[in-house]
Amino acid sequence: MNTGDTAWVLTSTALVLLMTMPGLAFFYGGLVRRKNVLSILMQCFVILCVISLQWVLFGYSLAFGPDFHGIIGKLDWAGLRSVGSLPNTNYAATIPHSLFMIFQAMFAIITPALIIGAYAERVKFSAFLLFTLLWTTFVYDPLAHWVWGTGGWLKTIGALDFAGGIVVHVSSGISALVLALLLGKRIGYNHRPIRPHNLPFTVLGAALLWFGWFGFNAGSALAADGNAVNAFITTNTATAAAGLTWAMIEWWHNGTPSILGVATGVVAGLVAITPACGFVNPMNAIFIGMIVALICYMAVAVIKAKLGYDDSLDAFGVHGVGGTWGTIATGIFTEKAVNAAGANGLLFGNLHQFMIQGLLVLVTIPFAIIMTWIIFKIVDAVIGMRVEQNSEIVGLDLTQQSEAAYTVIE
Amino acid sequence: MKLIIAIIQTHKLESVKRELEAVDVNLMTVTNVLGQGRQKGATEIYRGAKEAGGLLNKVRLDIAVNENFVEPAIKAIIKGAHTGKVGDGKIFIIDLLECVRISSAERGSVAIG
Repeated sequence: MNTGDTAWVLTSTALVLLMTMPGLAFFYGGLVRRKNVLSILMQCFVILCVISLQWVLFGYSLAFGPDFHGIIGKLDWAGLRSVGSLPNTNYAATIPHSLFMIFQAMFAIITPALIIGAYAERVKFSAFLLFTLLWTTFVYDPLAHWVWGTGGWLKTIGALDFAGGIVVHVSSGISALVLALLLGKRIGYNHRPIRPHNLPFTVLGAALLWFGWFGFNAGSALAADGNAVNAFITTNTATAAAGLTWAMIEWWHNGTPSILGVATGVVAGLVAITPACGFVNPMNAIFIGMIVALICYMAVAVIKAKLGYDDSLDAFGVHGVGGTWGTIATGIFTEKAVNAAGANGLLFGNLHQFMIQGLLVLVTIPFAIIMTWIIFKIVDAVIGMRVEQNSEIVGLDLTQQSEAAYTVIE
Repeated sequence: MKLIIAIIQTHKLESVKRELEAVDVNLMTVTNVLGQGRQKGATEIYRGAKEAGGLLNKVRLDIAVNENFVEPAIKAIIKGAHTGKVGDGKIFIIDLLECVRISSAERGSVAIG
């Protein structure tokens, strides 16, 4: 046990909580119309409540519990049985096992919250609740086991995902696209942007995401050591490169750079460096950040408009696309000189690791598509995912929650 | 000269604007307003305190036009805002006594368009 490591991971756990609430909540909340801002805050807050409970009751055991044939954790640790203050040497040798558990809880919370971006402004609260619980249990928990759990089959073949590029971002981003396609467009979408109602909220949220992400990425070292510091630096560097690059692309493409562009680029950079942050050096992090800005810009500003699907707040365009690039980039730029526990990538002559990272993507995408499709169909049959037309027009705040964010008079 | 005041549903603003532009009515003032008509507002509840059927958000358009644009403008607003249900809104038309363009001090019909 190491008190320094314990203090850092405790702090990181609180930082990752901050990412969901208020970070992501305000990032997304500012992007929707004023009649739906409370629905976003509500969904984020309720995910925090529901998944916190799911995790201690059975989610943690499914994801990290004793392995069952490489595909899922057994329920031996349900209700936190055997999850005490002694370290679990398989996961983190120098901090309490219970600390590792609660740190991971924050990842399980933010992942379904990211998907909100695809279905914003048009789903029933009840359907959202059931979908979130089922999705976390049947998509996130198994995938976390495959990639991170002791005995998980993708971990066993050497897949690298330092802080959740695949487990958090590709899984949520791909599922987001599936939902956007199955739900259909918001009323009046018509291939034209629905204007954000409060960009200062969005910028505030993006800034809180950047701040909290130090816990997400540097905390994933699970120790207060050089590896954590490297992850901190690569995270900051890639994010800076992505935010600046996005603004430059806009400047060139639209004639003016925008704060929404910088905020979006920043989040894309954070996403892309997530799987790589503990394995790459800061100079290569610059490339990862610049390239993610380029491909995510293509995804949200060009491809989305051409194909016409309504990924309302670009959960797929930023998290799905950026997470996929980050996972592949890990296979290119990872080097043992940075992290002896990692591997060398394509740039250092190791094609094998690059292929493993490719496989990681090729496995995760169909898994997320199929499972999300099934869960959507179940929830749609039982409750109905989408609100009635009139509720969508009046707004979710009034129709799903009986409250309004802003008054017009007084 | 007439002043057309239209109260419409907020989500119909874009389509009404498009229809008005199609008949060459391009100038308007738009405001957020609250209103109540035959359509009932949603109930709001704050920590148990209820307000049933509160006022609804609507959009108000103020459009000053010369006589020959009155009918086309009315038709365009109806076309853009119509759903056939209560809550679609109202159009009021009143005589306009004078119109002054501030930049040139022009008055009357020439100052409107």
